Amino acid sequence: MEKFVSHTGVAAPLRRSNVDTDQIIPAVYLKRVTRTGFEDGLFAAWRNDESFVLNQPAYKNATVLIAGPDFGTGSSREHAVWALQNYGFKAVISPRFGDIFRGNSGKAGLLAAQVDEKVVQRLWDYVEENPGASVSLDLETRTVKAGEGVDAIEDSFTIDDYTRWRLLEGLDDVGITMSHEDDIEAYEAKRLPFKPATLGA
Amino acid sequence: MGKTLAEKIWDDHVVRQADGEPDLLYIDLHLIHEVTSPQAFDGLRLSGRPVRRPDLTLATEDHNIPTTDLDKPIADLVSRTQVETLRRNAEEFGVRLHPMGDIDQGIVHVVGPQLGLTQPGMTIVCGDSHTSTHGAFGSIAFGIGTSEVEHVLATQSLSQAKPKMMAVEVDGVLPEGTSAKDLILALITQETTGGGQGYIVEYRGEAIRALSMEERMTVCNMSIEWGAKAGLIAPDETTFEYIQGRAHAPQGDQWDEAVAYWKGLVTDDDAHFDKIIRIDASEVTPFVTWGTNPGQGVPLSANVPNPEDFEDESERIAAENALKYMGLTAGTPMREVSVDTVFLGSCTNGRISDLRTAAELIKGHTVAENTRMLVVPGSVRVRLQAQEEGLDVIFKEAGAEWRGAGCSMCLGMNPDQLVPGERSASTSNRNFEGRQGKGGRTHLVSPEVAVATAVLGHLAGPTDLAAVETAGV
Ligand code: SF4
Repeated sequence: MEKFVSHTGVAAPLRRSNVDTDQIIPAVYLKRVTRTGFEDGLFAAWRNDESFVLNQPAYKNATVLIAGPDFGTGSSREHAVWALQNYGFKAVISPRFGDIFRGNSGKAGLLAAQVDEKVVQRLWDYVEENPGASVSLDLETRTVKAGEGVDAIEDSFTIDDYTRWRLLEGLDDVGITMSHEDDIEAYEAKRLPFKPATLGA
Repeated sequence: MGKTLAEKIWDDHVVRQADGEPDLLYIDLHLIHEVTSPQAFDGLRLSGRPVRRPDLTLATEDHNIPTTDLDKPIADLVSRTQVETLRRNAEEFGVRLHPMGDIDQGIVHVVGPQLGLTQPGMTIVCGDSHTSTHGAFGSIAFGIGTSEVEHVLATQSLSQAKPKMMAVEVDGVLPEGTSAKDLILALITQETTGGGQGYIVEYRGEAIRALSMEERMTVCNMSIEWGAKAGLIAPDETTFEYIQGRAHAPQGDQWDEAVAYWKGLVTDDDAHFDKIIRIDASEVTPFVTWGTNPGQGVPLSANVPNPEDFEDESERIAAENALKYMGLTAGTPMREVSVDTVFLGSCTNGRISDLRTAAELIKGHTVAENTRMLVVPGSVRVRLQAQEEGLDVIFKEAGAEWRGAGCSMCLGMNPDQLVPGERSASTSNRNFEGRQGKGGRTHLVSPEVAVATAVLGHLAGPTDLAAVETAGV
């Protein structure tokens, strides 16, 4: 996994709450067996609408998505994270994320930055008044920044320590756990004997 | 201080604990299906790793599976590739698979309990958010993403931060004509889709104890719809009775040993919950959704709400968007909403007891002229059992379609889909935009409401059906 330290990029305002993963990528797009090529399915239903934010030229190269509360609820599909990444997004900002989506983002290297709802509101207003403007996220200091001068926005975002560390180091989870194989073996040695097995006895 | 049921199970599965790190938990059962696993197996291949415990892993085909023409290959080539990829991966990595045509094929969350693989006190994961279903047996069960699927395949463990603990106390008795589905829909509306976030929820109290195993699964299934990490119910005689004699249930002395252990899986009297919610089951009435998330629901007897009545701005906007998408006008009685398609099935309500309830209600009635009804058993075994009991005949005589097993119209991934603008009453768990097909409009309902709706052609409950009966005499 690539290291994630900080990112500055064009931010697109998605003024919607409760964007479930079926909206991020509908089921018909989940049939690929690769991790790439999911950009076509990203927000598929909404992209038919010309006025949809990602169809506006100013946000064409957006890499930061600013969404309303409860982004990524619903289905566990990691395809939602891949679709955002395949499209070019590096970070999503929201006041509240679906649990599994947040976990998946951390594993796949997409920054899910949880920011106070009032700050999200200000960020929306800022990027709408300045279409194509950038927003910066610094994972080391957990800060989000936008604009300059008296109206500049600077606030903190929340991400758990462990995910932050893994993103900063670009570490893959399986590798970390494999280094604790002794612990796994020790646990297996004392597992209760009546636990079921799927293969024949 | 005592421990909650979830804390006991959690602590029993800790492989490694270290400051500043999430706990590494051992996983007792890993369920797999075709949609969320291909990239995980690819990851294993790339790094040259085997599946650590194929004997704790089980795969089934469900999401892409058509429910008609079962003797033919899957017509959709991309779906077929995904299914064939699972078959190749299962073969290469030595994982047991129940493919199309196998007697144990079916929706992953129906198959696990049916085989007796889902037991109390376990940790169960699957690349599917409705894994919470298995919590009904007193296990910690939750959905994971594909990176985590790879992690579990490789290590049989998962690193997880310990969630907070919540209790949902359900007192009283569910009134006649209402079901576990109405109870959970009402709870989600009360708590909203984010209300359970960060918690493992234990459903407790008199009304929960009174539920059958299958009804408990309906409740736990929808834990994810209010954002909970997992939902679970303490095991009791109902649980033990359900498991005993199933293919993978413990046998002989091991059965006694297991039951002795399971009996200890209860929340201690002095345990601490971070949050407690109370609900009175006796106030629950048939419940339906009007919007595009499972938290947008009302009693069947109510009207389509007015967005203006929502104080919170984002809820108001969400309601406006939802009404537009659903093609509904504020103030319309829910009972006047006519429905094109009724879907009875899914991992929420596609079990044998759901089919029995529905068959009993529909007997002697006919599906309304402009409405179609799909009955889709959750697994091949459910289908065969229903046929043995003659339920298929009852459904067919009423004019409903009797289908093969799978996820079917729960999600728009197989041929069973709504067309744009088509309206359904569905016993599944999600009414998201386009969930049942692009532009489709979904109302989530119980099996009882589904049947009454199919017969009357508009959203209706068992009492409306009873009125038809009286009129007919
Ligand atoms: S029936 Fe629906 S919710 Fe259940 S596993 Fe299948 S697609 Fe998911």
